[in-house]
Amino acid sequence: MSAPVLHADNLARHYRVSRGLFASELTLKAVDGVSFTLDAGKTLAVVGESGCGKSTLARLVTMIEPPTSGSLAIDGIDVATAGGAARRRLRSDVQIVFQNPYGSLNPRQKIGAILEEPLAINRPGMGAAERREAALEMMRYVGLRPEHYDRYPHMFSGGQRQRIAIARALMLRPRILVLDEPVSALDLSVQAQVLNILVDLQAEFQLAYLFISHSLSVVRHMADEVMVMYLGRVVEHATRDALFGEPRHPYTRALLSATPVADPDRARNRMKLEGELPSPINPPAGCAFHPRCPIVFEPCPRQRPALEQKGDVRVACFAVDRAGRVTRGASAAA
Amino acid sequence: MAEIPLRDPAGTEVHARPGRLADFWSHYAENRGAVIGLAVFVLLVFLAVFADFVAPYAPDAQFRDAFLQPPSWAEGGSARFLLGTDAVGRDMLSRLIHGARYSLSIGVVVVALGLLLGVVLGLVAGYFRGWIDTVIMRVMDIILAFPSLLLALVMVAILGPGLENAVIALALTLQPHFVRLVRGSVLAERGKEYVVSARVAGAGPIRLMFRTILPNCMAPLIVQATLSFSNAILDAAALGFLGMGAQPPRPEWGTMLAESREFVLRAWWVVTFPGLAILVTVLAINLIGDGLRDALDPKLRRS
Repeated sequence: MSAPVLHADNLARHYRVSRGLFASELTLKAVDGVSFTLDAGKTLAVVGESGCGKSTLARLVTMIEPPTSGSLAIDGIDVATAGGAARRRLRSDVQIVFQNPYGSLNPRQKIGAILEEPLAINRPGMGAAERREAALEMMRYVGLRPEHYDRYPHMFSGGQRQRIAIARALMLRPRILVLDEPVSALDLSVQAQVLNILVDLQAEFQLAYLFISHSLSVVRHMADEVMVMYLGRVVEHATRDALFGEPRHPYTRALLSATPVADPDRARNRMKLEGELPSPINPPAGCAFHPRCPIVFEPCPRQRPALEQKGDVRVACFAVDRAGRVTRGASAAA
Repeated sequence: MAEIPLRDPAGTEVHARPGRLADFWSHYAENRGAVIGLAVFVLLVFLAVFADFVAPYAPDAQFRDAFLQPPSWAEGGSARFLLGTDAVGRDMLSRLIHGARYSLSIGVVVVALGLLLGVVLGLVAGYFRGWIDTVIMRVMDIILAFPSLLLALVMVAILGPGLENAVIALALTLQPHFVRLVRGSVLAERGKEYVVSARVAGAGPIRLMFRTILPNCMAPLIVQATLSFSNAILDAAALGFLGMGAQPPRPEWGTMLAESREFVLRAWWVVTFPGLAILVTVLAINLIGDGLRDALDPKLRRS
């Protein structure tokens, strides 16, 4: 295997939240100590509830925001220390596709101009005819017709717009594509279409995907590895088959059991989570999940479990033993 | 290189959709007043541009045989001077037509200056936020705290009376409205995902401000520019009337009013017609502004 394209080590992003003139500022830990690697041609999916830090992670990886601590390296080059030209090149290596295709395209630009803008900025030596050629070629990749070149975004459907957004992200031939819930705003039939395009493009360009989603069925379709986040921390990180085959962390199990399965005969062994996601400004002590955990026991409220390799997965839970077996609760009994 | 075949559900009907301009016009034409305003305005522009050919006489030509002659339809009037003559025997109609040049060009220059300053300051304030924003906006608040005509008067008093100085003063007093408007739109737009995408694509602040964000803030700006245009004409006329704007013998409408003040009781036409000209122009432009607002601002569009 080749070296990973992207290496994130202990990434954290904290926001300071002021509560007015006289109250002291609070720290919101949106992302706190997340490490992972991305490989060319592979997909790492990030799942979790709203507010667990998925989108902040996307903003860190795309260098829209600098991390508060931790490091991000692309091709072994640290983003924080790279200067000038190197940084520009690194930037064009990571592109992003947003969730909302209605907000992510400039309503005053034609499709051609939208697609060519990244080239006009980053490839000053490129002529207009060359840029047009590149834009038309990319439009073909995402299934748009040449006559769409001169149209405005408002003339397109959601699925088409998302394909335009994908085409724009690929114009600079990035190595890494961050997909921030790329299909959750689309109809189910269109979702499949866009996902298939993403799969084809990944094979074509050997792209590394950071696929952010809250839809587990989509993740199951797309991912090679899955990272489950809770309140800014990774609670479980495993290959897709390991995670969907045998989820270890109680939060992962709860998420999986909440996914509808189209099988009326299947036993409905649902695991319900009580309560709301706690505020990330004031997360619970110990394991952040313990107030909602069905198998909470003594060490949980006092000590935070580290994310450790246990068996074939990395998981942060005291109820999972070294070999990766769940020692407590319903699964342990079974 | 596999081309991914896809059907395009919207593709066939896209051709039938009207273009931007046609769409705009259909919304604009819904407002009858706005169409009338536009017609009047086009006529005024025509008169101003071709004043030398349309006007029967030169604006400063004096006819010593016809002082304060009433309009042609009134008793004592003649067809020679359709709207009568003023106290020194100049044809009112010719002076009004030439005056349209002054009023319209004052409007254009004031709005252009105000727009230029306002857009730049507003973009900078809205894009960079922080202390720059605070400084710019507090200065604008100070300017807005003065009645605009009073501020313009003070500035003209400092710069010295005259048309050019009046224009500068008016542009400065009108410009805070543009700044606030642009800043507000920029604040709304800058967080949107297309702006973030442009940034991820490597766009620098200048490109983001002028190429990405500004075109999306144009609709309210155009409306405000139109309404400021009429304000500028009105304020310029007021300055002229107070003797601080255009100086006689220039046939500026406000100045004409001021010159003829003493004849209000004896010769009604010398004050009525310049006043009417100002009224009609300002009304027409305001109607256009309302129509533009209806057509350009989707939030106010009647469905």
